Amino acid sequence: MKHLLTTSFLVAAATSAAQAQQQGGRLDIVVQPEPPSLMLGLVQNGPTQMVAGHIYEGLLRYDTELQPQPSLAESWEISEDGLTYTFNLQDDVVWHDGRPFSAEDVVFSADTFLRETHARLRVSLAYVESITAPDDNTVVFQLSEPFGPFINSFEAGTMPIVPKHIYEGTDYANNEMNATPIGTGPFKFEEWVKGSHIHLTANEDYYLEGKPYLDEVFFRVIPDAASRAVAFETGEVDVLPGGSIENWDVARLMEEDDVCSTGKGWEFLAPHSFMWMNNREGPTADPRFRQAVMYAMDREFVRDVVWNGFGKVATGPVSSRTNFYTDDVTDYSHDPEKAKALLDEMGYDGTPVRVLPLPYGETWQRWAEAVKQNLQEVGIEVEIDSADVAGWNQKTSEWDYDLAFTYLYQYGDPALGTARNYIESQIEKGSPWNNVEGYRNPELDAKWAEAAVTFDRDERQKLYTEIQQEIVEDAPVAWLLELEFPTLYDCSVQDLVTTAIGVNDGLRDTWIEQ
Amino acid sequence: MAIASTVLGRLLKAAITLLAIVVLNFLLIHAAPGDPAAVMAGEAGAADEKFIAQLRERFGLDQPLHVQLWNYVSNILQLDLGYSYRQGAPVLDLILERLPATLLLTLTAFGISLLFGVAMGVAASARVGKLGDSAITGVALLFYATPLYWAALMAVLVFSVWLGWLPGFGYETVGADYTGLARVLDILKHLILPAATLGLFFMAVYTRMTRASMLEVAQMDFVKTARAKGLPDKVIRRRHILRNALLPVVTLAGLQAGQLVGGAVLTETVFAWPGIGRLMFESLEARDYNTLLGVFLISAAMVILFNIVTDLVYRLIDPRIGATR
Repeated sequence: MKHLLTTSFLVAAATSAAQAQQQGGRLDIVVQPEPPSLMLGLVQNGPTQMVAGHIYEGLLRYDTELQPQPSLAESWEISEDGLTYTFNLQDDVVWHDGRPFSAEDVVFSADTFLRETHARLRVSLAYVESITAPDDNTVVFQLSEPFGPFINSFEAGTMPIVPKHIYEGTDYANNEMNATPIGTGPFKFEEWVKGSHIHLTANEDYYLEGKPYLDEVFFRVIPDAASRAVAFETGEVDVLPGGSIENWDVARLMEEDDVCSTGKGWEFLAPHSFMWMNNREGPTADPRFRQAVMYAMDREFVRDVVWNGFGKVATGPVSSRTNFYTDDVTDYSHDPEKAKALLDEMGYDGTPVRVLPLPYGETWQRWAEAVKQNLQEVGIEVEIDSADVAGWNQKTSEWDYDLAFTYLYQYGDPALGTARNYIESQIEKGSPWNNVEGYRNPELDAKWAEAAVTFDRDERQKLYTEIQQEIVEDAPVAWLLELEFPTLYDCSVQDLVTTAIGVNDGLRDTWIEQ
Repeated sequence: MAIASTVLGRLLKAAITLLAIVVLNFLLIHAAPGDPAAVMAGEAGAADEKFIAQLRERFGLDQPLHVQLWNYVSNILQLDLGYSYRQGAPVLDLILERLPATLLLTLTAFGISLLFGVAMGVAASARVGKLGDSAITGVALLFYATPLYWAALMAVLVFSVWLGWLPGFGYETVGADYTGLARVLDILKHLILPAATLGLFFMAVYTRMTRASMLEVAQMDFVKTARAKGLPDKVIRRRHILRNALLPVVTLAGLQAGQLVGGAVLTETVFAWPGIGRLMFESLEARDYNTLLGVFLISAAMVILFNIVTDLVYRLIDPRIGATR
């Protein structure tokens, strides 16, 4: 069953584009799990971003090389000292309710609304002294220090621009309009049938001529992973975003005719998996034990078997897909003998360690089993712990674990995605997004701080290389894989993934070959 | 009169039971690790202390537990199920939004299983020891032993993927905008697989129970008497045996009816059926306390209600029950 509706016609092919985009059609795409809300300024979890990233927009988008591209901002300029960011906005932008969009909306969103609601953006905004609108089409961010990754803070999930006329002076969380989100994006909110689907329709007044190409998009809620795979096979849905089905189904479906896949679209998030090792107590407090864990694990095996070949062995705290990565660090290839020697040297007494898997399905369970087997081979006693999502949050954020699986998004820059897991000021109970392992290294803390506010790229690279080299030697956590979540789609779908956050903001450019 | 006072007494006891259930559920849920603020912070991809404190305050989780309990119970007594902070909507609205889909599914399954189960049980008992009996008991045993989850997936695989006869997911065709009869037919098509899957187990139970009970009653003296009077076999079977054999079936039906609201979690999950079971499961995962407690309360009320109804049905079928009081 295919959902190709309406007649198709070619957009006037005035340009010499290689392919002419075809107008029209409907796209069905899986969203998993069902988002709690579509108000992107209030909720930024994965499913919310995927749907609401087409309703709301940021000032910029990023291509798959993490280079900034125009979105609500048509052009931008950064002063030479890295302190002044000036954005020129697109003309003729209107909100979905017909009200004109202006620089005032940007100032309100960044300076008032998001400062209160967006925990992740607050980190960047701490370096921002003022946000002003000299005229209706210009916004100026004035920084107190040249925060290096600031240019990476403008995509829709990080800095969504919300309508001032709807939210100013209201209680944001309880605003009735949260149920019917109003943005500037290429698609408008039409209907949400809870437990079934979310329906978006093309924004006819969109400021880019001819876009979007699709008439409508249905985000389908299918709670069972096996059922999602079947829904794709029967043509009920056209797109399975990365991570929506189990790995063995990905490998199976990729073999089928008319099924296309891409690993792109995850460059900005670059999910980086590792195990926290409790640096405070037990055997994991000894660096030699932690190094032994690194040598004991056969990460290639896990990549090839548990992850069906998807992903890349992580060499250290920074993902190879992120800026300022280096591979010039200690090599922890699978070496059980080295692991045993380290354990002997420290005098490991056989105290069992608990391993807490991520409660995200079968793959993670199997991964924990594989790690258990590897560790037992070098003589480490292992018990596998278990918890649901809320329990996992509780255990990790209260530091009640020995080894705990997790993965962190990198957000394109070590200062945004990586530093928070290794600096001392981020040791604080109650959140699973900080220095949960309890690693303390004051010397490195100073380097992290310096690197964050260095504007020169070469200078930053030098600092981050030093940091990576030292931290890898200490092994405060056990780095596992740079995760890869291929997106599967029907081959008639074109230009699905063109940005660094893929299907979270890409449907603006997507079209269906009819 | 006797019935009215019995029902009144039962309702009073039911109200007290419900209140106890509310308090117990509240305490149990709060004893589970994690809370809704931590889950939301966990999903956000980043969080600081301020963010989590803001959430806790908004959800009222910063107050002592006994204050939260008191607030909750006094709201319930005013028939207010509270507000889901996670979903930004009153709990009652969330439940009512999902209730029709669930009732359609569970009532259909209930009807199918009761009707076919009893019919197959009667048919089997009439052919006891013969091929027909073996066939029916064999099929019933198979259904009885098949895990629901597996049966559901197989049903999708066979009827939806291979044969392409029936849709495997959802409540209706998304985006088709059918109206009137076309919509009814569309929903019916979507209903067949999940309802059949959900009904299989209880159908098997009813079949086995009806058959055994029919055979037992058939041995009794009053049946011999009826036969000696020369009544036709059909009449004996229907009026003398079946009616007396139904009591245990009614007991089970009462149990199944108690699960009408909350008993279809697996089926709803596999078939992406937008019902209460899924709402309950997702609320549990998210520690969405108010929604979860609301669903529990309604489910508990259904169990109690159908217990009372079952007792009344006993009296209808067997007037001797309750006559001595």
